[in-house]
Amino acid sequence: MRWAVIVFPGSNCDEDAALAIDRVLGDAVDLVWHDQRDLSAYDAIILPGGFSYGDYLRSGAIARFAPAVAGVREAVQRGALVLGICNGFQVLTEAGLLPGALLVNDHLQFCCELAELQVENTKTPFTLDYAAGERIRIPIAHRDGRYHADAATLTRLRREQRIAFRYVQNPNGSAQDIAGVLGANGRVLGLMPHPERAVAEWMRSADGARMFTSMHRFVEQQGASLAASAEGVGRLG
Amino acid sequence: MTKWRATVRVWLKPSVFDPQGHAVLQALTSLGHEGVEQVRIGKSIELTVAADNRDEAEAKVRRACEELLCNPVMETYAVLVEEEAQ
Repeated sequence: MRWAVIVFPGSNCDEDAALAIDRVLGDAVDLVWHDQRDLSAYDAIILPGGFSYGDYLRSGAIARFAPAVAGVREAVQRGALVLGICNGFQVLTEAGLLPGALLVNDHLQFCCELAELQVENTKTPFTLDYAAGERIRIPIAHRDGRYHADAATLTRLRREQRIAFRYVQNPNGSAQDIAGVLGANGRVLGLMPHPERAVAEWMRSADGARMFTSMHRFVEQQGASLAASAEGVGRLG
Repeated sequence: MTKWRATVRVWLKPSVFDPQGHAVLQALTSLGHEGVEQVRIGKSIELTVAADNRDEAEAKVRRACEELLCNPVMETYAVLVEEEAQ
C-alpha cells in the first residue's frame, strides 16, 4: 500500500510520521506538499502534527483551504483512510470532515506527556490490532486539545461508536475524555495523541505502532477482497 | 466606491468554557475589583472594505466571517460597519 503525509507550511511531525511508517511497515510513503490536490495514488493519508500556517486565527483554520485538503475530501469520498494527528485533527475539524472543534486546554498550559488511552472501539480500520478495552500509552503535546462538540453531537458519536479513544486521565478538559473521534464513514480518524512518537520501546512506548499496522491490514484485506470479487466476476464472464 | 471600516468581534459561545476569561476573573477578584461577575475574552478583527454602500460592505464582511473568521462550532460573532473617516 502507498501512504501520503501532507506537509503544510509549519507542519513539524511530517518526517516523524513518514519514518514511523517506514520503520513499522516498510510501506511506500511520500511527503506531499500542501499545494498538491491529486491524492488518488494513495490508500492512506496522514495529516501530521505541527502548526500549519502558524495556527493563525485558529489552529487548522487556514490549512483547511489548502488544495491537499480538497484532495483529502475526495479521498474520503472514495473510502481511503485518513488519519489526522494533533494539528491534523484540528485541520479535519475545521474542514468539517470530523465533528466538533479543539479549544485551548482548560488550564491554558501546553501538555507534553505520555498519556494513557482507553481503546473504545476495536472495530475500526485504525484499531483492529488493539484488544477490546485495552489501555495504551501514546504521547500528547498540545495547547489546543480540548475537544468540544454540542450535546447532540456527543450523543450521536457515542451511539454510533465513533469515539475511538478516551483519556484515562483527562489532561485538557476534553468533553467526555475524548482523545480521538471517527468520521461518519469510519475511515477518518482524528486524535490529539501522537502515535508516530510511540513506535519503539526506546520511545517509552511502542503502542502507536499498532495504529499503523491496523491501517495496513485493513487496506491489504480490502484489496484482497476486491481482487477476489474481481476474479469472481471474471470467472462468471 | 467608499471605504468602510468593519470591526468583527468573535467570542466563544456562552455554552463553551473560556479558561482565559476565567483566569482573568480570578485575578480581578483577588485584586479587589468587586462586582465583576463574568469575564469573556474574544478577538477583535478590523477590516477596511471597499464597497458602494454600507449593506454591501456588511454583506462582504459577513461572508468572510462565515467562511473563515468565525468557527460556528464554538464561536459567535458581531459585525460593526462604519464609513472610514477621510
